[in-house]
Amino acid sequence: MTTVPAVPLIRCVGLTKRFGALVANDAVNLTVRQGEIHALLGENGAGKSTLVKMLYGLLKPDGGTIEWLGQPVDLDAPEAARRLGIGMVFQHFSLFEEMTVLENIALGTAEARADATLAARVTEVARTYGLELDLARPVWTLSAGERQRIEIARCLLQEPKLIVLDEPTSVLTPQESENLFASLDKLRDRGAGILFISHKLEEVRRLCTAATILRGGKVVAEADPRQETAASLARLMVGEGVKDVRPGAGATSGTPMLVVDRLTVQPEISHGIPLRDVSLSVNAGEVVAIAGVAGNGQSELFAALSGEGGRIVRGTIHLGETDVTRMDIGARRKRGAAFVPEGRLGHATLPQRSLSDNITLSWHATEDVGGWFLSLERLKQAAGAIIRRFDVRGPNSDPRAAQLSGGNLQKYIVGREIERKPKLIIVDQPTWGVDARAAALIRQTLVDIARDGAAVLVITQDLDEAFEISDRIAVICGGTMHAPVASRSTDREAIGLLMTATHRAGEVA
Amino acid sequence: MGLMLVPRPHVSRLRGVLTPLAAFAVALAIAAVVLTAMGKSLVVAFQVYIAEPLTSAWGVQEVILKAVPLTLIAIGLIFAIRANRWNIGAEGQYVMGGLFGGAVAIATHGMGGFWVLPLMLIAGVAGGILYGLVPALLRNRFGISEILSSLMLVYVAELLLDYLVRGPWRDPRAFNFPKSVNFDAAATLQPFIEGGKLHWGVALAVLAVLAAVILLGRSLFGFAVAATGEAPRAANFAGFNEKLLTLQVFAISGGLAGLAGIVEVSANIGQLQPSISQGYGFTAIIVAFLGRLTPVGALLSAVVLSMLLIGSETAQIMLKLPFDMTRAFMGLLLLCVLAGEAMTRYRLVRRA
Repeated sequence: MTTVPAVPLIRCVGLTKRFGALVANDAVNLTVRQGEIHALLGENGAGKSTLVKMLYGLLKPDGGTIEWLGQPVDLDAPEAARRLGIGMVFQHFSLFEEMTVLENIALGTAEARADATLAARVTEVARTYGLELDLARPVWTLSAGERQRIEIARCLLQEPKLIVLDEPTSVLTPQESENLFASLDKLRDRGAGILFISHKLEEVRRLCTAATILRGGKVVAEADPRQETAASLARLMVGEGVKDVRPGAGATSGTPMLVVDRLTVQPEISHGIPLRDVSLSVNAGEVVAIAGVAGNGQSELFAALSGEGGRIVRGTIHLGETDVTRMDIGARRKRGAAFVPEGRLGHATLPQRSLSDNITLSWHATEDVGGWFLSLERLKQAAGAIIRRFDVRGPNSDPRAAQLSGGNLQKYIVGREIERKPKLIIVDQPTWGVDARAAALIRQTLVDIARDGAAVLVITQDLDEAFEISDRIAVICGGTMHAPVASRSTDREAIGLLMTATHRAGEVA
Repeated sequence: MGLMLVPRPHVSRLRGVLTPLAAFAVALAIAAVVLTAMGKSLVVAFQVYIAEPLTSAWGVQEVILKAVPLTLIAIGLIFAIRANRWNIGAEGQYVMGGLFGGAVAIATHGMGGFWVLPLMLIAGVAGGILYGLVPALLRNRFGISEILSSLMLVYVAELLLDYLVRGPWRDPRAFNFPKSVNFDAAATLQPFIEGGKLHWGVALAVLAVLAAVILLGRSLFGFAVAATGEAPRAANFAGFNEKLLTLQVFAISGGLAGLAGIVEVSANIGQLQPSISQGYGFTAIIVAFLGRLTPVGALLSAVVLSMLLIGSETAQIMLKLPFDMTRAFMGLLLLCVLAGEAMTRYRLVRRA
């Protein structure tokens, strides 16, 4: 390891950023040294993204200073940040699906063309840092981990001294994450500074030597993650202890509520993942989780199960005794099913409508909303009940969906379905981008309704979540399903392997 | 560096009301500059476009009469546009309404009977619905953009009418003029009051506004329309059938345009002739947007646009201003309204 110089790579003092009345960053101090992997921790909405956007010149601070190698700098554009040697790998990839890996790298790096010279440089960088890349492949055939490697390689070509990674492992399998960590270790050993944003505390403890913890826009602690436990870090992030989910009854022998038999579905959109011979059953009283890396057919499976879309070529879906394969979502709701899609705004809700208006979306087929002429009173009453029961916090008593934070909106959406007392509930990514407290409440709710006799199917990318709440875990990969196993008799490694085992199968077909 | 549109977190009600007014003011200001540059007197322009239509009994009556088709069509368009279905072909559906309804009048010529007029209205609505369903079906079945197909069908309808009144439906005693027989009294929508011109079409337009207020504001159908327009995935999640809804909104807008067509033909024209519209179907698009896609707003905007149309007739004489100039002003107004609409939802900021 290189010796640590006295002058830090970057030092922020009193950085402040306001959006109207909201103070997103309040006098934030942050120091990253060379040869250091520095964790930036905090819940959603704590101000992490705002801070890194200021570091990358995407937002202009309202107050405070940024020093680069001891000199004050004015980062007014991403170009300025890049010139200094700051590289950024965003959480959401900005890649062109139809183009090859090399073409995408060329597009992201101003000066280069997708020629042999660039290919040689990329290959060199990839070899140095152990980034496996097939330069000739079109991006749409790649997994999330491979896509991320493109972004990282693109960033490293600029030879940055400071690399900012925004939740890099949220779309990776455990194995892919390990590969990433190995690359980061190499970078650090070459003297680069790395700012690592994550809320996966175990990996922070494994990887980082310093941490800055944000809560409500303020730095609440600086810590050495190696000296902390995951629980102590979580307490610093959230403020007070987050309750663990009480496990369910573990009943897996109830009557089957959802039976999917050799379901084969052609997607309706291009680059959708076809589902092949998916079989699954979920019984009353149990929680079944479907684990998998994003983009392996989860959305298509959810759409097929809800009746929202996809062309079913073969196979059947039964709700209880009823064959619902050809029924629409309303008819499936009438038979006791409820659905929570992944997209909160624009899928589960109309963003610009009030919570009471949004009740109608999933209630009109089965519940009393006033009939053909909607009863505003009835809708307000229903929304009010959900808001109280699930502790939904908003700026007023009946806010628009877009006004709520992710966690509060998700509590409302899950609550809206639970209020209908479904016999089966299918939830796609229940706590994606949701703060820890809301996530715990949602998970507990799902476990509780299973205990009360409902069948619960959860599609999730979060392995910890799958293990925490489920009785059985199935794995989806490349549009095929690996039969569920009892959660207690398996572990992360085994499931992680299944998540990648047949990875190419769907694409070759 | 440059300018960028940033969504406003919250759109106030007041801003929603002020926007169309501001847009109207800006359009007037630009029009005043253009008129001055053309050497026309602004005082005379004010008189013909605003003072006269509003101060004489004749003017007020004419304004209301022209507002009737504009309101009927615009109300229908609101349903389509709110569902994000762009029916640009209301002009064609209007013509088809006049043509279908007129066919009944021509076929029953000389028979009389109380049933003729209701039958004409029904036929007119049916004609508009059938013609409106064509772009909807093309969209549902083949994914063809309804914007293009509905617009192009306007010209098909106009040419069909032109052919019929020059050919099979031409009045043999009309000295070769391209027109049908004059409609019987039984086929004429009568005025409320003997001697006046305000007819029962006015009541139909008001009725359409009321129905739209209730349907769009309170009904499950209105919610489905809004959901489909605002977030199609959410509408699909709700189980609203997108294709059926496309047919429904095109049927509503086509039907109301058809009704406007036959009302105009029966009450004001009294025969079929090559031109039975003054571009009402296109003007109604401006009406719908100026009224911010609300039924009552559309009613008010229809009156405003109707004034412009009346004024343009006088302006041709008094100011030697061609009718196309009025058209240009209407286009200008639409641009201002849409720009204003954008500015209500977004802020213009300088990119940092």
